[in-house]
Amino acid sequence: MKYLLLKHYRGGPAHFVDYGSMDQWTPEEVDAHIQYMRDFAARLEETGEYVGEQALAPEGTFVRYDGEGRPPVTDGPFAETKDLIAGWMIIDVESWDRAVELAGELSAAPGPRGEPIHEWLEVRPFLTEPPTVTE
Amino acid sequence: MTGDAVNESLLRELVPAVIGILVRRGADFASAEDAVQEALIRALDTWPGDPPRDPKAWLVAAAWRRFLDAARAEASRRGRELTVEAEPPAGPAPATDDTLRLYFLCAHPTLPQSSAVALTLRAVGGLTTRQIATAHLVPEATMAQRISRAKRRIAGLPLDQPGDLGTVLRVLYLVFNEGYGGDVDLAAEAIRLTRQLVALTDEPEVAGLLALMLLHHARRASRTGPGGRLVPLAEQDRSRWDTGLIAEGVTILQGALARDRLGEYQAQAAIAALHADARSACETDWVQIVEWYDELLLLTGSPVVRLNRAVAVGEADGPQAGLAALAGVDPGLPRYAAVTAYLHERAGDLQRAAELYAEAARAATSVPERDHLTREAARVRQLPHR
Repeated sequence: MKYLLLKHYRGGPAHFVDYGSMDQWTPEEVDAHIQYMRDFAARLEETGEYVGEQALAPEGTFVRYDGEGRPPVTDGPFAETKDLIAGWMIIDVESWDRAVELAGELSAAPGPRGEPIHEWLEVRPFLTEPPTVTE
Repeated sequence: MTGDAVNESLLRELVPAVIGILVRRGADFASAEDAVQEALIRALDTWPGDPPRDPKAWLVAAAWRRFLDAARAEASRRGRELTVEAEPPAGPAPATDDTLRLYFLCAHPTLPQSSAVALTLRAVGGLTTRQIATAHLVPEATMAQRISRAKRRIAGLPLDQPGDLGTVLRVLYLVFNEGYGGDVDLAAEAIRLTRQLVALTDEPEVAGLLALMLLHHARRASRTGPGGRLVPLAEQDRSRWDTGLIAEGVTILQGALARDRLGEYQAQAAIAALHADARSACETDWVQIVEWYDELLLLTGSPVVRLNRAVAVGEADGPQAGLAALAGVDPGLPRYAAVTAYLHERAGDLQRAAELYAEAARAATSVPERDHLTREAARVRQLPHR
């Protein structure tokens, strides 16, 4: 079963701990955090549970169709969007419980003074292909 | 061929020549290229167990057979006679510049850059569609489509017309900058293709591009630190630079500059050579580097050059002069905030520098760059305020 672990710049429940933005940490704390993320992905590759990950730039724009022969209408970027996705990791695991366990581990990435940042991550199940045998 | 391992690089070097042979026998470029790609995949599959005595003859025969099969299938589909002779006519003596024509065709100015890159890697570089797809992180079917659309777009263009060398060089430099991806080292591949192009042409700019690539490639090992961290030029361990590549790059550059037909790649290579020449960052000849940036600016008028020039001016004449040199540079440019942050740090305005590094991190276009700039912001915030 595939799950999306979504990381948000903003949005979701209130911070459990306010760890501030990363550029307020020490360089060593930044390094340790990045290393933890890399190790986590490498470990999941070894267990055969890693599918992929992608980071997103913070700025985006909304676009919509505006009728035949007219250019699309754009709106934004919005500095104060309530919910802003920072990136994701896709995992392929045996169960929902395993997905939650892994999200919990990822959320324990170290921040200032090496303390876990307790970051909220959103876990979203993939909708699957219909089963081959239906009757 | 000996041993079990297929000599993949030899195989790949044969690809453009074999395409050329098929075209001279009467095949159109698109079909010839498809047939050679299929023969290549077959060779990668069967050569390890059954190596041919004459690899090139094997590849020509296999590709020609595939071309005929496809042509027959197409002819019967259309209910037409096959116009190409089943037995290949004795063609004219191989034209040595078949390969050069392929460069021009694959990087034709009417093609979008991503298509030109893909087509060049396949038809000139002899990579498989799968390898090209993996290197660009797209599905193989997508890459196959991109390549066949590109071939449709250039269908009917004669192979024997002089092409646009500038586009070819841009495409090769783009491949070089794509770096690693999958099991193919695109930077090394770009160097191989540019080396081959140097042998086929007599243009100082081609040599300039090769020199530029070699000088950058020489520093590759020192550009990333533990955990894939980006290491800026000033902090790189210069003992890890490849002196052999640097010497080769400098020699090629000197040969090109002696021709007295300066171009943007030669000027960029000259800047890279001056960096390579400095035993430590503080021994860098920034005054000469600024002069080369002036030349480069005259040649290109590029805003990115103007931005990089400001860094060099900052080193040569001090950070205030560097900041002054930023006047008139578009702040919307990628790396503008990073450059300003650096100059403010050198000028002692640490508060401003930290804010700008953080802003630059938000505007970064790659993860390593973003992480590096975040770390720079963090580092500057730790410095004691003067």
